Amino acid sequence: MSSFPAMVRFENVGMRYGRGPEVLRDISLSLEPGSFHFLTGPSGAGKTTLLRLIYLAERPSRGLISLFGKDLSGLARRELTPLRRKIGIVFQDFRLIPHLSAFDNVALPLRVAGTPESKLRDNVRELLEWVGLADKLDARPPTLSGGEQQRIAIARAVIAAPSLLIADEPTGNVDDAMALRLLHLFEQMNKLGTTLVIATHNAGLAAGSGRPGLHLENGELTRAPPPAKAGTNQGPTLTVAAS
Amino acid sequence: MKNPAIPFDRGGTARFLPWLVALMVFLAALSLAAVMTLQHALEGWDASLSGSLTVELPPVSIPAPNPKIKTIQNNDAPPAKAGQNNDLAAVLALLRATPGIGNAQPLGRDDVARLIAPFLGNALSPEDLDLPRLIDVRIDAKSPPDLAVLQLKLIAIAPGAVIDDHRLWLDRLFLFARSVQITALVILALIGIVAVLTVMFVTRTGLLVHREAIELLHLMGARDGYIAHQFEREALRLGLVGGIAGLLLSGLALLALGHAAAASAFLGDAVNLVPALHLKGWNWLALAGLPLAAGLVAGLTARLTVLATLVRLP
Repeated sequence: MSSFPAMVRFENVGMRYGRGPEVLRDISLSLEPGSFHFLTGPSGAGKTTLLRLIYLAERPSRGLISLFGKDLSGLARRELTPLRRKIGIVFQDFRLIPHLSAFDNVALPLRVAGTPESKLRDNVRELLEWVGLADKLDARPPTLSGGEQQRIAIARAVIAAPSLLIADEPTGNVDDAMALRLLHLFEQMNKLGTTLVIATHNAGLAAGSGRPGLHLENGELTRAPPPAKAGTNQGPTLTVAAS
Repeated sequence: MKNPAIPFDRGGTARFLPWLVALMVFLAALSLAAVMTLQHALEGWDASLSGSLTVELPPVSIPAPNPKIKTIQNNDAPPAKAGQNNDLAAVLALLRATPGIGNAQPLGRDDVARLIAPFLGNALSPEDLDLPRLIDVRIDAKSPPDLAVLQLKLIAIAPGAVIDDHRLWLDRLFLFARSVQITALVILALIGIVAVLTVMFVTRTGLLVHREAIELLHLMGARDGYIAHQFEREALRLGLVGGIAGLLLSGLALLALGHAAAASAFLGDAVNLVPALHLKGWNWLALAGLPLAAGLVAGLTARLTVLATLVRLP
């Protein structure tokens, strides 16, 4: 266990929706700053719920969660807003705003944070150019292909240079070449200090990255199968408590 | 930002908000116009009657109707025997000598005829009836005479003389007019409450329709005020659009009512009980402010509704 405060820390976290069964049971994990994790598991295992807990879309039914070294149970609701601004999210269903242009969709996190238009314009153009959508600045999402929408979603997640990037199946709708390119973008961000958690069905992508993974099955976290190659970054400190 | 992040044009119920606001501003404008018109009428009645009073002397006994009298008599006062006119002269002298009284003038035959004409027609003349003799008295509103003392003095000179300061009639008229005004103000308040409830309903529906976009903004780190501002701005816009439409409609309705009021003045100015629709400059300003008020109420209600709802998000 690192002596630095963990970027994400779960202690015996359980999660149920309403009076339903527990979707997650006794999850304990600690992700160090600058780490890069793939989260794998079958459909319905609870991957999205785990990610929603990390990006503060849900409060746990039980257990403790710390983000950026802060215990969330001790924070007032309005104190979560600055934490959210440090988290970039790529949703599985993209969640682009259909009536906004590609440019406006990507610029949204900066505008929400109050960045002046003059400062965000070049950054947004540059990023859209980088993901290959320089000629689609004014296009509305419904007119774009699934892959193009996904790239906009990723651009939106990284535009504010988040400390923590959560991605739910970020390469699900792109071809292999674009998947590798996006993976390279994630690698670059990780090298710059961003902590990443990427949920994927693509076992090859996870294994090919050489990153240690988290594996979720039936609401319980287990050690992921060993990576195909040794990772260069520090791996997660993973604790799996008996449920 | 050129476009709001929340796609309001795709929300169903928001489309109806301008129509609802237009209807409410229309009703509010009519109510407000009624309040202000009645206020002017009240002030007019008060001003025209407060500075005057009427002294009634008992009727002189009139001989049997004689058509000839009409051709002979054309003086200021109704015909009367010389002895019976003595009390009139004495009363006039008393009134004119009383401090606080500016003028005292007996009503002439023509004046009396004009007063009874609307009720009895022109077939009868004052000489045909046993009418009290009336003296129109103008008083100084700043230092009016003591009416109780004056009454005693009058009775001493002319037993049966009565002072009518119109207060009873005026009080009843004021009571009625005030009741109408209060009713109109209550209607105005109810319209305001309905407007607030309508905007709350539309906003809550909008929050449901746009919950995904709202959650997205929330997760990006948008403060509640940022999201609420988007709804506030949209509600303000819709409220203004609806309010202006409602004001234009009410303007047409008020013009039509103004013509109707003028047409109803068939009894002539002296007995016109329907207040004419005379609005002053600031009254029109108040009416013109209704769309702005509607927009502000809509915007503020939307903001507070959104803020109250967003608290439930984690």
